Amino acid sequence: MRLIERLLPHNTKYDFIRYRLVAFGITAFLIIGSFVSIAVKGFNFGIDFAGGILVEAQSTSGPADLHAMRTTLGGLNLGEVSLQEFGTTGRDIMIRVQRQEGAEKAQMDALAKVKDALGSGYSYRRVEIVGPKVGGELVRDGVLAVVLSLAAIAFYVWFRFEWQFGIGALVSTFHDVITTFGLFSITGLEFNLTTVAAILTIAGYSVNDTVVEYDRVRENLRKYKSMSLYDLLNLAVNETLARTILTVSTVFVTVLALLFFGGEVLRGFSIAMLWGLIIGTYSSIYVAMPMLVYFNLRTGKDKAEEEGEGGATQAAP
Amino acid sequence: MYHIPKWQLILVVVATLLGITYAAPNVLTREQADRLPQWLQPVSLGLDLQGGSYLLLEVDTGYVFREQLTSLVESIRTVLRKEKIKYSDLGAKGDTVTVRILDAGDRERGRELVRKIDPDTLIENRDDGLFAVKYTEEAVKRRKLSAVEQSLEIVRRRIDELGTREPSIQRQGEDRVVVQLPGVKDPDRIKSLLGKTAKLTFHLLDDSVGPDEVAKGRIPPTSMLLPSVERGGAAENHVVRKRVEVGGDMLVDSKATYSDGRPVVSFRFNAAGGKKFGDATRENSGKFLAIVLDDKVISAPRINEPILGGSGIISGSFTVQQAQDLALLLRAGALPAPLQVLEERTVGPDLGADSIRAGTIASLLGLVLVVILMIAIYGVLGLLADVALTLNLVLLLASLSVLGATLTLPGIAGIVLTLGMAVDANVLIYERMREEQRNGRTVMSAMQAGFDKAFGTIFDAHVTTLTAAALLFQFGSGPVRGFAVTLTLGLLASLFTAVMVTRILVIIWIKWRRLKTLPLD
Repeated sequence: MRLIERLLPHNTKYDFIRYRLVAFGITAFLIIGSFVSIAVKGFNFGIDFAGGILVEAQSTSGPADLHAMRTTLGGLNLGEVSLQEFGTTGRDIMIRVQRQEGAEKAQMDALAKVKDALGSGYSYRRVEIVGPKVGGELVRDGVLAVVLSLAAIAFYVWFRFEWQFGIGALVSTFHDVITTFGLFSITGLEFNLTTVAAILTIAGYSVNDTVVEYDRVRENLRKYKSMSLYDLLNLAVNETLARTILTVSTVFVTVLALLFFGGEVLRGFSIAMLWGLIIGTYSSIYVAMPMLVYFNLRTGKDKAEEEGEGGATQAAP
Repeated sequence: MYHIPKWQLILVVVATLLGITYAAPNVLTREQADRLPQWLQPVSLGLDLQGGSYLLLEVDTGYVFREQLTSLVESIRTVLRKEKIKYSDLGAKGDTVTVRILDAGDRERGRELVRKIDPDTLIENRDDGLFAVKYTEEAVKRRKLSAVEQSLEIVRRRIDELGTREPSIQRQGEDRVVVQLPGVKDPDRIKSLLGKTAKLTFHLLDDSVGPDEVAKGRIPPTSMLLPSVERGGAAENHVVRKRVEVGGDMLVDSKATYSDGRPVVSFRFNAAGGKKFGDATRENSGKFLAIVLDDKVISAPRINEPILGGSGIISGSFTVQQAQDLALLLRAGALPAPLQVLEERTVGPDLGADSIRAGTIASLLGLVLVVILMIAIYGVLGLLADVALTLNLVLLLASLSVLGATLTLPGIAGIVLTLGMAVDANVLIYERMREEQRNGRTVMSAMQAGFDKAFGTIFDAHVTTLTAAALLFQFGSGPVRGFAVTLTLGLLASLFTAVMVTRILVIIWIKWRRLKTLPLD
């Protein structure tokens, strides 16, 4: 099969590890940038977390008059009301009303006002109301899920490999999670429950990628006793390169199918997954692997060989 | 030499047959599926796909407790008065009822009387004859729990009365109730019905208090001032005796009907209630009887004659709908505490149908793309992986149906992602085979080594992703849990299909074509 040779790079000898400092620079930039954006700009929280009202209304007669709707709803004194047209017919409008002051009842009353104001010219395809209490709980649960999954993944990798690998996996997965948060902060994409699902899936996928490469490192450590760690890591990345590209491609096409045909509800999820695929693959090769250079993975007499290769003490990027 | 163990063959054949059997109902229409037996049903769709309304309610358990304290105060008052024990400072504050017994000689007797009112209370002596009465922690917990249980039952009855299709009403956590109503487009009426506690009581009006005293706020402690909802009625407020003559809990039936051409609600008491009602109306002929619903006076007619039949009518200024709703509420019974809607999610049936269509297109397209990609790269080996992948999909659908899991839109996203991730195992195996073959192994040996050496990696990679999915299931809510479920089942199925099934297919293929090398280079 000649096609394989053409499409998949086999027996490559790229020097990935050489560019580690550049990669660390990029990684640091991405992480710091994400933190800054999160701190300064924050998130565009959907109603799942912020509370409030979301109404997907469809005009029953011709295109919706966005301007008139804005005026009508703006006059209701409900605080921030945002309207957004979507779809292709011009009849679908997404209405978001900020969380109302006061308890749960205030949210229900606000919805009644919105429906009253819009009158009978609209049908409601989707109505969601989240009160302040539930919103707070969903935030707590989301944070807990992300933190625990990072911890669990690191713990598992530590258990199956060595602690150095555990740290490498933790740092690279943390990087993926933080930069995905950063993406949502910078672009202002709506951050909701499906975003959390995407982030956990990204974490799972990225560590999956990392584990495949670490597995190869571990095997090579046994196989090539005298190879320098530098060359050994490069070899592992090159050996798994074909698999990395092919797997990214298969997941990529399925995510594209979701993005273009999965509908409005899954859009944010698909964008996050697409980003996560790219960043997860990058971090496995350029964060998780080069970090190992700085750890003393060999013991005993092997140590001497490795000393010449970038130091044996641990150093965080 | 590389024979396939018989148990594996049998397992694969049985799993395939079962998978196809259980997955098959999913391609039928709803009418066709309804004719199938209970054990062979298509996967149930979440409200975001079939359309419907989801309500998360919270029982105000604090209310139950406050009610309890108020009634304890009333009981203490009644007992001490009856026994002619002088007291002061009677009242409830926080979680404690306090009362001061003035005569030192009465204190022991008074304490004993108060203690006897409710065995769940603890009495503490404070200074100078002041007693603090508290409910034990265990009693508070038990009563809150029973209030939630009772609320669940009442919510169920009210919704059943409305005749919605297959409602699901479940308790969640300590004090919450999840109501799921498939097919309900507009839950406003249900919300308004659930928003009323519908506590009905009959009281006498306190005619000893004149309007001047009401204006000055001088209401005797045995009476209360309640707003009237009678439209066009003379009085805005009524002074009503606190004593309950008869309660709505003694009602056995209630209907909306007409009296003089106006909508009214008729009701009937059980035997005990009928007797109490009869006695009250006989003893108080000529007085006014206030009909109180949720602390509002619906009407206060004059008692013209004793009502001995145990039934009567409530006439207020109702619309037909209001009369019907009130009758329904009275039939279903009162909630022990008010309910609050914390969260509402309603999806119209057409959006649900659109989502199903979008999800189906995305899944099929994803499948086709992955299949093409695998064949383009690996040729026949790719095709074999695709066969395994299709089986994975069938098993996933079958296990969702058998487990009675709910498929949501994010759940469909999970299926689509599974497609992309499941072939990863095959890619790992095939790449490994290629390497082993280059290292000079024979075809069967390379094949076997590919499976053996890739398995550890596949296993580790699966465990980490499954960990994330499990946490998502634990902490996720609603539709997102559906994502965790499909991702988990899909990954588990892929351990079976991508590894065992593909291996069998590859061996059969090698033997059939008598291959000397694997076409990987």
